[in-house]
Amino acid sequence: MARGTGTVVTAPVEVSATDASLAGTGGRGRGAGRRRTRPRRPGQQTWAAAIRKDWRLYSFVVLPLLFFAVFKYAPMLGNVIAFRRFRPGGSVLGDEWVGFYYFEMFIHNQQFWQVFWNTVILGLLTLLICFPLPIVLALLLNELRSRRFKKIIQTISYLPHFMSIVIVAGLVLQLTAVTGTVNQIIGAFGGDAVAFMQQPEWFRTIYVSSEVWQTVGWGTILYLAALTTIDDQLYEASRIDGANRWKQTWHITLPGIRPTMMVLLILNIGSFMAVGFEKVLLLQNPLIYSTADVISTYLYRVGIQSAQFSYGTAIGLFEALIGLVLVFSANYASRRMVGASLW
Amino acid sequence: MVINTSTPDLAAVRSEPTTVKDTRGYRAFRVANVIILLSVCAVTLYPFVNLVAKAFSSEGFIAAGEVNLWPRGFNIDTFRYVMGDQMFWLNYRNTVLYTVVGTFISMVLTSTFAYAISKPHLKGRTFFIWVAVFTMFFSGGLIPNYILVANVLGMRNTMWAIVVPTAISVFNLLVMKSFFENFPADLEEAAAIDGLTTYGIFLRVVLPLSKAVLATMTLFYAVGMWNSWFSAFLYLDQRELFPVTVYLRNMIAAAGPAVDPSQDAVQIGANIQSVTMLLTVLPIICFYPFIQRYFVSGIMLGSVKG
Repeated sequence: MARGTGTVVTAPVEVSATDASLAGTGGRGRGAGRRRTRPRRPGQQTWAAAIRKDWRLYSFVVLPLLFFAVFKYAPMLGNVIAFRRFRPGGSVLGDEWVGFYYFEMFIHNQQFWQVFWNTVILGLLTLLICFPLPIVLALLLNELRSRRFKKIIQTISYLPHFMSIVIVAGLVLQLTAVTGTVNQIIGAFGGDAVAFMQQPEWFRTIYVSSEVWQTVGWGTILYLAALTTIDDQLYEASRIDGANRWKQTWHITLPGIRPTMMVLLILNIGSFMAVGFEKVLLLQNPLIYSTADVISTYLYRVGIQSAQFSYGTAIGLFEALIGLVLVFSANYASRRMVGASLW
Repeated sequence: MVINTSTPDLAAVRSEPTTVKDTRGYRAFRVANVIILLSVCAVTLYPFVNLVAKAFSSEGFIAAGEVNLWPRGFNIDTFRYVMGDQMFWLNYRNTVLYTVVGTFISMVLTSTFAYAISKPHLKGRTFFIWVAVFTMFFSGGLIPNYILVANVLGMRNTMWAIVVPTAISVFNLLVMKSFFENFPADLEEAAAIDGLTTYGIFLRVVLPLSKAVLATMTLFYAVGMWNSWFSAFLYLDQRELFPVTVYLRNMIAAAGPAVDPSQDAVQIGANIQSVTMLLTVLPIICFYPFIQRYFVSGIMLGSVKG
């Protein structure tokens, strides 16, 4: 403690007022007088002093840090089995080094490249269609004048977001069944029933449509919030300059929500390779693997079901690294080009 | 990006004091807009309406493809049948149990950690934040996780495999952190002067005044846990431990295109499927109108800090 108060004398008070008062309450309870003279510079404390002073706060951190260490960071280290031979019953970190053996194995595997391109195509389609639609919907909602009507539409369109993937998959399978609604509509126009879930060429359409159905409404929330922050004077000024509604949207509204768009785009690009693993897994069946099998589901089948742990881990690591590279480059590009970024 | 949590009705504000009358094109657009938005709603709701209709229809009409908006061959026998299944109720009970336990664990870990890292003076704070944030962008992958949970920790066929590995959601953590950062420091200071320790301040001052964010986070976790199925599917293989989502998944998988000839015998009627699905989503649909705004405000809170 003596050390803590000692620094105060020499350290110029550079912490802002709120920071200082927050700092004051974080530590120990008793001794108000001492606390008031303690706007400290975080960097100057030793760990021992910091822990002695804030041990109660540090006790809050212990379990969560343990959680992250065990359930998030240990599996990251566990990726090492991608480079080692794993035998069931042997060491959990594998038995011997095999270098890039498993990577070469999937790189030379025809099937891997099929699921790789399936993933890329499905991811691109999802990005191209599911990213812009919420923006359009938000703009349309924004043009509504009746507040109540807007509220009702919002409430309805958020609903699918709260459904379990299992329910969504169940609904999709029912609607696309041979006796389902989609085929009834086709029948009404005189067409023949299509067994959608048995024909590979339909899978992408079905997947992306269900993704739109599930995400478009919920996706508008952040845009609608961003829309409310646009300065109204901009619209007035543009009206005086004779801009019509369309021009206002193009020159004021869209630039106004651009930072939100960029942040969401970066996040979407980051999760690009992970294309709705659970949904694909629930929707696919062996008849349509040629389009419906993606990296994550392939990994699940070879890794977990066929227990090829090392091989599966190598594929998983490859996928995760692509995701990491994508998010960092998207962030970098966005910062350079538009000045909006995640960090 | 600064966001007001209440949404002022911008469209109304914008359109009120115009001296210019709407052009004819814009009026046409507004009519089209209402039609478009109504169709969006119709498309969103249709699958649910269809589900309810099928749940009350007889199997024959569904198989003939004659059920759309309204039940055909109305009956409630399917409900009796599904609700008579012991396993369904057992799995339903499991879902409730996992949701309650999982949400509790998540809330304890998330709120304490968020509170600690919301204190700017805490040494190591930046490190703690990065420990959490980094996991958003890189993760161990399916198989190392599986080996850890199943082989190393031996959580196979226990509830812990479901509720523990996903306990902290980093998004929720950041939302709570930014909420606690904006907590009035005066209150905490006053409590400290009154002799409360950090524990006392957290439990008796901060938490009671954070009910809104706590409710939101609890709902986020609870709905996530209620809907989750994959970790149960992965780590559990005893039927009596399944949550209802896995019960449903197995039913749907069995009814799918019979690729495996041995599964041909267990074709499950679409009406039974529909009833099971309906019963699974029912709690969420019932609570939905009330909880929806909490979710929206939670998303907003999260976006304030980005």
